[in-house]
Amino acid sequence: MVEPFSQSFLIEGRNFLNAGKASTEIKSILKQLGVNAAFIRRVAIAAYEAEMNVVMYARKAKMTFQVTPQVIKILVNDEGPGIPDIERAMREGYSTATPEMREMGFGAGMGLPNIKRNSDDFTIESEVGKGTQLGITINIS
Amino acid sequence: MHKEFQSILIDGERCQGRMACMQVCPTQAIRVRGRKAMLLRDRCIDCGECVRVCPSRAVLPQTSSFSDFSRFKHTIAIPSPVFYSQFGKDIPPSAILRALKRIGFGDAYDAACASESVSIAIQEYLDSVDSPRPLISPFCPAIVRLVQIRYPNLLDHLIPIESPMEIAAREAKHLAMKNLGLRETEIGVIYITPCPAKTLATRNPPRKKHSFVNGTIAIAEIYPSILQVLPDVMAGDNGDDIRGLGLGWPIVGGQVACLKAEECLSIGGLSDAVRIFEEIENGKLRDIQYIEAHSCPTACVGGSLNVENAYIARGRVLRMVQRFGGKPCQDREKIRGLYRKNFFSLPGKIPSVPIQPLDEDVSKALQKLQQKQELYERLPKIDCGACGSPTCTTFAEDVVKGEATADDCVFIAMKGFETLSANLLEKVRAHGERVRDIKEMN
Repeated sequence: MVEPFSQSFLIEGRNFLNAGKASTEIKSILKQLGVNAAFIRRVAIAAYEAEMNVVMYARKAKMTFQVTPQVIKILVNDEGPGIPDIERAMREGYSTATPEMREMGFGAGMGLPNIKRNSDDFTIESEVGKGTQLGITINIS
Repeated sequence: MHKEFQSILIDGERCQGRMACMQVCPTQAIRVRGRKAMLLRDRCIDCGECVRVCPSRAVLPQTSSFSDFSRFKHTIAIPSPVFYSQFGKDIPPSAILRALKRIGFGDAYDAACASESVSIAIQEYLDSVDSPRPLISPFCPAIVRLVQIRYPNLLDHLIPIESPMEIAAREAKHLAMKNLGLRETEIGVIYITPCPAKTLATRNPPRKKHSFVNGTIAIAEIYPSILQVLPDVMAGDNGDDIRGLGLGWPIVGGQVACLKAEECLSIGGLSDAVRIFEEIENGKLRDIQYIEAHSCPTACVGGSLNVENAYIARGRVLRMVQRFGGKPCQDREKIRGLYRKNFFSLPGKIPSVPIQPLDEDVSKALQKLQQKQELYERLPKIDCGACGSPTCTTFAEDVVKGEATADDCVFIAMKGFETLSANLLEKVRAHGERVRDIKEMN
């Protein structure tokens, strides 16, 4: 049994300067492992959307990335406003992005649905006023 | 395995292991072992940065020499349009073509006009093909290689359109066959290149086996002979037969200036290209139609085999576009017709050539990743390069791959030495005490 490799990233809300660095690092790790490109793309999209959600809405988050020969897991635990209506947030096209966020190319209401679409298993829990936890699992074929 | 042509070689005799190349290499493709630089072929993208900085002139771009062309009955020089920007500010492209003939080529053929045709073909492709966006220009071979190595997910984004170099070479050959009654094998097309990457593209075209270019000569190599004959060829027709916006292709934005699509980006420099490619891989920038990307920050006028300062050359290109760019050199409708007949299309797929993973077996690669991380934590993280790897991260990787040992790091070696000397000191002290005890006993 191989020990899972794991790495944690601290993501700061509102810090657009460093936005995307965690997902870039995750991609770089996967490329060193030689897993296939299409799989890396799914992870890249899911990780990036999750990271950007934190940057745009939350105060901060811990993002943990775990990989075994069979599966990768990304857990995001944020301190932020939480999501009052998860079902609505999961609907494509629904967004609470500000005009500035839209100007930057976000807020098409695709974030969470996009993460789900690229995951094999996706969990989300949220408490208003406290924060949101995402669990993303993607199987390495 | 088929031995791949390399456009850059390091001369082991000249190399003094001074590491300038290793420090500047944007893909960490150089290591210095035993005071000699070596190139890791699977990481090299032939950008030529190492050629530029080597203090010992030991990094040699591989081009052809004139004698290689004696086997052809007829030779045709095709200068990269960059070549037009290497001489005095008002020397027209037509005089430069005459100079190439004067120094011994059978003919000289312009490629800027082919750039205009290719721009029209790109526009047609953008208007008619519904493929993943943004499309990426495939005309900088170093960028193509970067995508092959690091962004296999983006291979489908490279627009499958032939380069102006190939289009011009094909046209020039066909014309010579028609006008001089020669066979294709009797004609040698020589591209005058601004960079080693173009040489590689003629030897190992990524999509297909055969290039219409038979050899390349560096701009810097041919420059002195052209300079010598220029005064003799200034008289002659210096009209605007070489004209059109294709003349602007050697600078950042030159391609996009030929297109009508609004959502286009022009990128110069590998680090910016990497940032943009990361974004595309993350699923962003889908509303951008076309990205013109160059590995050199100033595009082809900044190639490592040029003579003129990139910014002066850029100014000259802009002036040429001002003088000769207004009137197109091609009939748009004719080119659109050719496009529909697949005159510009590139068949086949570009393969990915991923960097060697830590191990072929994912489980073993994971173990090595763990070891790499543990070793990295012990390193000083200052990327001094004294170990012969460009960064502490690459060093850790080299060690777990068995290509270096942890002691190659001076900081780790020093720690080892400290422990060793402390142990020794301890032993000497213990020994001293024992001697004293024995003396006291006696």
